Amino acid sequence: MPDLLAARSQMAMSLAFHIIFAVVGIGMPALMVVAEYRWLKTRDPVYLDLAKRWAKGTAILFAVGAVSGTVLSFELGLLWPRFMQMAGPIIGMPFALEGFAFFTEAIFLGIYLYGWDRIAPRAHLAAGTLVAVSGALSGVFVVIANAWMNAPTGFDIGPDGTPVHVSPLRAMANPAAFSETLHMVLAAYAATGLVVAGIHAFMLLRLRRGAGAASSASTAASRVSASVPLVPDALAFHRRALAVALLVGAPAAIVQPLSGDVSARFVAHWQPTKLAALEGQFRTERGAPLRIGGWPDEAARETPFALEIPYALSLLAFHDPHAVVRGLDDFPRGDWPPVRVVHVAFQAMVALGTTMALVSLWAAAVWWRGGRRRARRDADARSVDSPTPWEAWPWLLRALVVVAPMGFLAIEAGWTVTEVGRQPWVVFGVVRTSDAVTPVPGLIVPFVTFTLLYCGLGVIVVWLLYRQIVKTTGPRP
Amino acid sequence: MSLLTLPNVVAALVVLSLNAYAVMGGADYGGGVWDLLASGPRKKAQRALIADAIGPIWEANHVWLILVVVLVFTCFPVAFARLAVVLHVPITLMLIGVVLRGSAFTFRTYDSKRDAVQRRWGTTFAIASVVTPVLLGVCLGALASGGVGEADLARGFRSVLLDSWLTPFALAVGLFTLVLFAFLAATYLTLEAATSARRDEEEALHDDFRRRALWSGVAVFAAALLVLLLAGAAAPRLRAGLTEGGWALALHLVTAAAALTALAALWTRRYAVARIAAIAQVSCILWGWAWAQFPYVVPPSLTIAAGAAPPITLALTLIGVAVGFTVLVPSLWYLFRIFKGRETAFQRVGEHQ
Repeated sequence: MPDLLAARSQMAMSLAFHIIFAVVGIGMPALMVVAEYRWLKTRDPVYLDLAKRWAKGTAILFAVGAVSGTVLSFELGLLWPRFMQMAGPIIGMPFALEGFAFFTEAIFLGIYLYGWDRIAPRAHLAAGTLVAVSGALSGVFVVIANAWMNAPTGFDIGPDGTPVHVSPLRAMANPAAFSETLHMVLAAYAATGLVVAGIHAFMLLRLRRGAGAASSASTAASRVSASVPLVPDALAFHRRALAVALLVGAPAAIVQPLSGDVSARFVAHWQPTKLAALEGQFRTERGAPLRIGGWPDEAARETPFALEIPYALSLLAFHDPHAVVRGLDDFPRGDWPPVRVVHVAFQAMVALGTTMALVSLWAAAVWWRGGRRRARRDADARSVDSPTPWEAWPWLLRALVVVAPMGFLAIEAGWTVTEVGRQPWVVFGVVRTSDAVTPVPGLIVPFVTFTLLYCGLGVIVVWLLYRQIVKTTGPRP
Repeated sequence: MSLLTLPNVVAALVVLSLNAYAVMGGADYGGGVWDLLASGPRKKAQRALIADAIGPIWEANHVWLILVVVLVFTCFPVAFARLAVVLHVPITLMLIGVVLRGSAFTFRTYDSKRDAVQRRWGTTFAIASVVTPVLLGVCLGALASGGVGEADLARGFRSVLLDSWLTPFALAVGLFTLVLFAFLAATYLTLEAATSARRDEEEALHDDFRRRALWSGVAVFAAALLVLLLAGAAAPRLRAGLTEGGWALALHLVTAAAALTALAALWTRRYAVARIAAIAQVSCILWGWAWAQFPYVVPPSLTIAAGAAPPITLALTLIGVAVGFTVLVPSLWYLFRIFKGRETAFQRVGEHQ
């Protein structure tokens, strides 16, 4: 394996691993804080149980995120010293700010996890809120630095090839910063919220089935699951969990396509090669079609097997059906990103995101109707544990189970789009990835080492979460 | 030439962050050392005390390391690139240690309480806690001795990648770092409230760590001597910086006074005094190194002034750090007040009896 490929693979693997934990570090604190808020408000002990379990999961995932993030901060230099030497002074600022956001997150997570009995309930909730806010802020700062790699501003290249007129503030305010950070933060809430919602939808389906079999009720009657309170504790637990998870995940999933539009228009303007690659657009065209599916062929310079919607790409990318979309033919072959990977990853991201948005809309519609009806009915019987409106729609619960992993798959696909789509540049149009790599030989060794290490950690984390948190939910004495 | 230039101030900030990492994060590694060396009738209680002490704070303490890295690559990018190339191997090994230490500690906290499971994570945590600080020290030793600065990339990578840090001096600095961190941890643990122990057992535990602190305090002297002896051949400039001039002498005197105070306070069971003295001792050692290496960021040739980022970057970073500290310092104070404050220790003893 050539060293450049090994370095790129190690970086890609490290990021793909870390991003899962980073995203959970943004989303989970939001879930646990909402649950704790509900506990303080309603004094319903199920919410406290929920907050504590989610906190436990957050603790495990946050720790792995913290150490894998540390590895990344060093890897920037270990693998790309020439990139960091050039970029450090320009874009180090958001990393420094991220450092402080991360400090706040770690400090208040420590207080949150170990402080249940040591500080006042309101202070505890405030600590959790600070974890959630600073977690989102760290994500924003890091993504700002990545946005700069896509839209490098805040410096000029001097006669000797080094940056001059450095302006870290202009670098932070780069044109990709807003669209990328918005897209990432929404993705974090959508992915975390929907994966948790999926788990609890699955448990509710299982409880329904168990209850239905035990009472040998007809399948039609089991639509009203409140009539079979065989395991009320578990039911109450999963109902509340589903509601909180959907509250965090669904709105983000619903607005995410709009933020995707903002991102796409940024790419169309600033990174024409990336746009052309993600659409499989080889020829420059006025009124370009949107391709759904397709298998780009770089040698033949065409994208066969695609369903083409006329004018739609020009319309989406430039909000004008007759706009010109530049094809890859307009650019030297050496400046093309790997077209097939980028196109397929983009298609996957859009398909996954659209499905998530549609299922979330369905859940929102059911809640809107059912919630209002239930509010009227239960106005004077607050303590009765009534079913959530979603339980009347078993197919919605099943859809939520199917959608559960999609957020994380979409995130991995989306990062493939933005990172591979930026190639062959590490700083778009300024520094080539091949010029940034370390001269250290034998990079396959650390690549394989970290891959094995992370695979092991991944297996242990999944097993721990399952054994210590999921498996122990249910009726307690 | 004024000392108070922008690059110097930022360099001091890097040393300050490293100092904070050493006295906070370093002690967490030291805790792992004592987990590995737990012995006697209170073996289990010792490990529980260490876990309670580290649990709420280690992640916050760990962020200092990230701050150091970020400050170096933002403000001294040439030095960062140089370190990352020449020290690729030990830094990579250290990172594996960082990953294993943190994750094994967390897995132990949240996994099954069965002994076999606990020991598996405990052993991983403890061994990683020993290896990581040694490698950190090795990297600093290689930097201080000029090994990083002198490495000639044209001479073939194998010799550069290994020879620059596999030196007796760098390894001695690694050992010194480990012993220092263990000493800090043992000293702090004499003050740690034992949540799950009775009053008399808590006192016995404190005595266990008092003895460990005294022994490791003596080991610190021995390791320091070893480093200084090896510095004669390996890092003559560093040694000259450490031994010549009025400032060096003054710093040595303060360091020695702090070290003796720490030992005397441990001997007489004045643990709060011992903690402050140990912190002062470690800080003096770190600033002594920084002073001896001044004005170089990568000795023997790259100076702080020559290696610094453009002034606008330095100024903005300083402002950013200043703003960050206004959030960080009260937050840290709150964290340590909750978990390390004296009153809560007594409260907890009351609650558990």
